[in-house]
Amino acid sequence: MDFLSEHQPELLPGNRQLPPTQGVIEAPHGTTIVAVTFPGGVVLAGDRRATMGNVIAQRDIEKVFPADEYSAVGIAGTAGLAVEMVKLFQLELEHFEKVEGTQLSLEGKANRLSTMIRSNLGMAMQGLAVVPLFAGYDVDRDKGRIFSYDVTGGRSEEHGFAATGSGSIFARGAMKKLFRGDLSEQEATTLVVQALYDAADDDSATGGPDVARRIYPIVTVITEDGFRRLTDEESSEIARSILERRLEQPDGPRAALL
Amino acid sequence: MSTPFYVSPQQAMADRAEYARKGIARGRSLVVLQYADGIVFVGENPSRALHKFSEIYDRIGFAAAGKYNEYENLRIGGVRYADLRGYTYDRDDVTARGLANVYAQTLGTIFSSAAEKPYEVELVVAEVGETPEGDQIYRLPHDGSIVDEHGSVAVGGNAEQISSYLDQRHQDGMSLAEALKLAVQALSRDTNGSEREIPAERLEVAVLDRTRPQQRKFRRIVGRQLSRLLQADGAETAAEAEAEGGDDEK
Repeated sequence: MDFLSEHQPELLPGNRQLPPTQGVIEAPHGTTIVAVTFPGGVVLAGDRRATMGNVIAQRDIEKVFPADEYSAVGIAGTAGLAVEMVKLFQLELEHFEKVEGTQLSLEGKANRLSTMIRSNLGMAMQGLAVVPLFAGYDVDRDKGRIFSYDVTGGRSEEHGFAATGSGSIFARGAMKKLFRGDLSEQEATTLVVQALYDAADDDSATGGPDVARRIYPIVTVITEDGFRRLTDEESSEIARSILERRLEQPDGPRAALL
Repeated sequence: MSTPFYVSPQQAMADRAEYARKGIARGRSLVVLQYADGIVFVGENPSRALHKFSEIYDRIGFAAAGKYNEYENLRIGGVRYADLRGYTYDRDDVTARGLANVYAQTLGTIFSSAAEKPYEVELVVAEVGETPEGDQIYRLPHDGSIVDEHGSVAVGGNAEQISSYLDQRHQDGMSLAEALKLAVQALSRDTNGSEREIPAERLEVAVLDRTRPQQRKFRRIVGRQLSRLLQADGAETAAEAEAEGGDDEK
């Protein structure tokens, strides 16, 4: 662990100094990430849009990555820094596993990510924040768990569901009404795409399913069998079935009043 | 003041090589074999904690005979080299050839430096390719030379005898069970020609499996999966091993 800081400290993102700048630096930002637990695992998903100011910088960006075999990170915030942070995080987890011959605990991984976000605080103050969502399968407790973060590296465990990024308010509202404790894997994947649809509906920086270009949300599932990303066919299937229902009910499924 | 004895450089090197060879010969041998779907590492190892084989990177595995603390040091150095290279450039830029070169330099420097005692280790660095033709196996003796091997290789105490046994019997395209069986037969032959039984608990087995869907191809074969592979013969075991792929200790 921490071997990069011992051997090649110049490669570490936290060691860079930013020159003083006026105003906010314009760089592509990733938007909405959502996660839901279900008995036996956890689902982590993200939309595909990156924005720079009011311009769509990229339509098919990938914001959900495997951290190792039993965990994944979804990133919201400055895309360039976030992708580098994930790469470094993956490296540290894999390096630890190979040198020590055993995996870090899920808590250990979550704490490590917390330190990495904190080291980016200087950049975050200049508008280049990175706020990930970390989800994994805890092999010791046999369940899926979600951790959310703030810009200062503050870490909190979320129970049931969580969201981060600009569309997170709307996504969380949707999940609150749709979440149940006994979801199947299939239902959980549908739920996250519903939540992303609602986020895209109300937040201009979040991208909805793009049928014309065949760009659909990235949906990943982590169970005791490890990390799995749904294939394009699988996620388009989910997105299309949701779209079809929304043609009749544009606001999506209605929750019971009482 | 006493005058130091003059020792000719030839003699000094021969003594150092002799010293290293004796140290390596004290340890148990291990073998590395190509099979149809990858490369298998087999060795006798009573310890379940101190491994002789380990993962270096996605497609690269490491095997070592000799002194544990010395090869563990080299192993960690190798992991560090590979991880750093993969992070700085790309995962595809980490190759067994590059790694073997680094090991050769390290071992060679230590071997010829008068200030240090030579390392009593012999290493194997193997990389599994997309096809059997793409597989690479390098053997690194204690003095820092590199030997490019094909098919099968043995290192450690009884290496010469085991190698010749393997060379005669190893074929391309063996199944995992066949290769494993051959490896165990080779390891069970003693110097004096007699055979002894090695129980499954004393075997350490790992594979670089090119059919593994994950990016990282290294996995250990332990427990039930190992005993099943050792007992059964032929194609059915190979299929079972695939199905068992999930419960390895990764």
